[in-house]
Amino acid sequence: MRHTLSVMVENRAGVLARVAGMFSRRGYNIESLAVGTTENPKISRMTIVVEGDNHVIEQVTKQLHKLIEVIKISDITDEEYVGRELVLIKVNADTAQRSEIMQIVDIFRARIVDIGYKSLIIEATGDQSKITAIETSLKPFGIREVVRTGKIAMVRGPKTKLE
Amino acid sequence: MVMTGAQALVRGLEAEEVDIIFGYPGGAILPVYDALINSSIKHILVRQEQAAVHAAGGYARLRGKTGVCIATSGPGATNLVTGIANAYMDSVPVVVITGQVSTEMVGTDAFQEVDITGITHPITKHNYLVQDTKDIPRIIKEAFHIAGTGRPGPVLIDLPKNVAENECWEEIPQRINLDGYKPTIKGHPSQIKTACRIMKEARCPVIHAGGGIVGSDAASDLIKLAESIQAPVATTLMGLGAIPADHELFLGMLGIHGTTAANRAVSECDLLITIGARFDDRVTGAVGKFAPDAKIIHIDIDPAEIGKNIRVNVPIVGHVKMVLQAINNQVEKGKRSQWLARIKRLKEEAAYSYPEAGKTLTTRGVIERLSALTKGNAVVTTDVGQHQMFAAQFYRVKHPRAFLSSGGLGTMGYGFPAAVGAQLADPKALVVCITGDGSFQMSMAELATAKEHNLPVKVLVFNNNCLGLVRQLQHFYCERRYTAVNMTGNPDFVKLAQAYGVPGYRISNVEEIDQVLEEALNNGKLSIVECMIEKEELVYPTVLNGKGLDEMVISTGGYYGE
Repeated sequence: MRHTLSVMVENRAGVLARVAGMFSRRGYNIESLAVGTTENPKISRMTIVVEGDNHVIEQVTKQLHKLIEVIKISDITDEEYVGRELVLIKVNADTAQRSEIMQIVDIFRARIVDIGYKSLIIEATGDQSKITAIETSLKPFGIREVVRTGKIAMVRGPKTKLE
Repeated sequence: MVMTGAQALVRGLEAEEVDIIFGYPGGAILPVYDALINSSIKHILVRQEQAAVHAAGGYARLRGKTGVCIATSGPGATNLVTGIANAYMDSVPVVVITGQVSTEMVGTDAFQEVDITGITHPITKHNYLVQDTKDIPRIIKEAFHIAGTGRPGPVLIDLPKNVAENECWEEIPQRINLDGYKPTIKGHPSQIKTACRIMKEARCPVIHAGGGIVGSDAASDLIKLAESIQAPVATTLMGLGAIPADHELFLGMLGIHGTTAANRAVSECDLLITIGARFDDRVTGAVGKFAPDAKIIHIDIDPAEIGKNIRVNVPIVGHVKMVLQAINNQVEKGKRSQWLARIKRLKEEAAYSYPEAGKTLTTRGVIERLSALTKGNAVVTTDVGQHQMFAAQFYRVKHPRAFLSSGGLGTMGYGFPAAVGAQLADPKALVVCITGDGSFQMSMAELATAKEHNLPVKVLVFNNNCLGLVRQLQHFYCERRYTAVNMTGNPDFVKLAQAYGVPGYRISNVEEIDQVLEEALNNGKLSIVECMIEKEELVYPTVLNGKGLDEMVISTGGYYGE
């Protein structure tokens, strides 16, 4: 099963390497990892999507806890949360195809952020299934390049993860 | 007061009451060595950096306080790596200080530059690359705190040269503030209650005691528990000494070279109480066949060890000593005459697991005599190999912190530098390093270190001109195709001793054992005793790959178990 972990870490050089290294050397698969600073400049937040059964996730969590710079870990998989990914897609588009692509972009409430001679860059945010769907819809035109951020997530309601 | 970063570092070490550090100088660490001149801290110059970590580890394990070692950047730092990994695997508190090239050179592949913090991420409890001189006092304090608390382990501080040279105005902080490091000390009360209830209900309990008992000074609490619930105790290699070997409830070491008594008892028990141990594969054999009928209570300070290799029924996270005290306060006394009669029978059988050696000089024969002559009171360090297993089986360790061996990593070359560290930790102790011709050659350069400081370590070299344990593996797994195990270029170890100006002895037959050992043990000097043994001696019992502990191979037929 796929789990979403929200991990608070100290905002210091080398923390990402420690976390990523722990995953690889213990044989855990990271599906995605997104990291950025938080409202507190001393703390960064990582959203890690990892595949595994309960035993694996328990070990992942415990091993993460052993890293001195990891402050807090929450498995939010079963909580109500907003999860988003950002994707940029460069798609083939000559003048004849543009209007059709723009319709697709509208349907997914995505945006066109760059227009080139023969291509467009489309920006979309959403959960994983939406991102996959827009990618599939654009495939027939010829996708030249895709870049995705990996999931970030925040639990709904007034409570925060550091409280 | 204004001082250099290096001076601040040395002051930090003094504040942590460091009295000895083991090290090897070099360019990038020069400022620290310069600052050490005016310190009360004694520096022990080793002959290769790996020995510095092993010695610091030996010191830490005997003394019960954090050991310190120091080396320069690049090769100095990389030579430490095996020793750091060893300390990490065996949860030994060590603070490692390495020099680094100046910050403006970092990342340029400068002379003697290596990314030692990157290299040691997986083998340190934590590490630091000091970026700013003002951080030094805080980092030193944190490093000792992290190394010595919770599950102990090595912490590395990588100190760039310019950071060591710059001015430091900062004082040592009063408090440590680590949001991400708060080890659980007290066991959960309801889990402890459950554990006590299960102990009461058990008919045939066994205690499985590991290095955590020794490391947390909980030996007396362990014995109290064993006696009150009348449970026999099997220890891991790291746990030897947690209960005196002559205690009637002691089963011996368990595992793939464990005693028949320990392995059978664990396989038959209905409750296994694992304390400060981590179910290493050398202990469990095939995990699926380990303690098949037992409920398991697992007490450990490291939550990540619980449920890692073996599913447990009652996990208790906490400081082993505190948890044992809490259990001892409420557990009901047990009386298990039937189970203890069974244990007694198992122990009697165990005495016959090796056939009589007769007139053949054997490793176990010499170790049995060493054990008798020292009454189990020596501090024994071992290297890795057959001699290590014989030492674990036949040296009757009486005290905790008195059996120092490389457990998790199995590092050949550990024993002698660890003995150097142990002797410095306790100058009055009788320190005996039990080693083999293979292992000793990995660190015998440290004879010079021991000689320089007049350390009366006794080195017992079991010389079979071969890598005995590898040969034994080839015996069982490669249909006796022996390859790359003969050590044909061995030196004469007696003459080697003489080359260093210290006594060298040789034991060639059974009659010489007592006389030579007595002389060597009582001469007050660094000594080498070379014991000429046969290649064919095998360690029994042995549990082959994929087998359970109760399927161990026991010596059959002739002396060599052919």
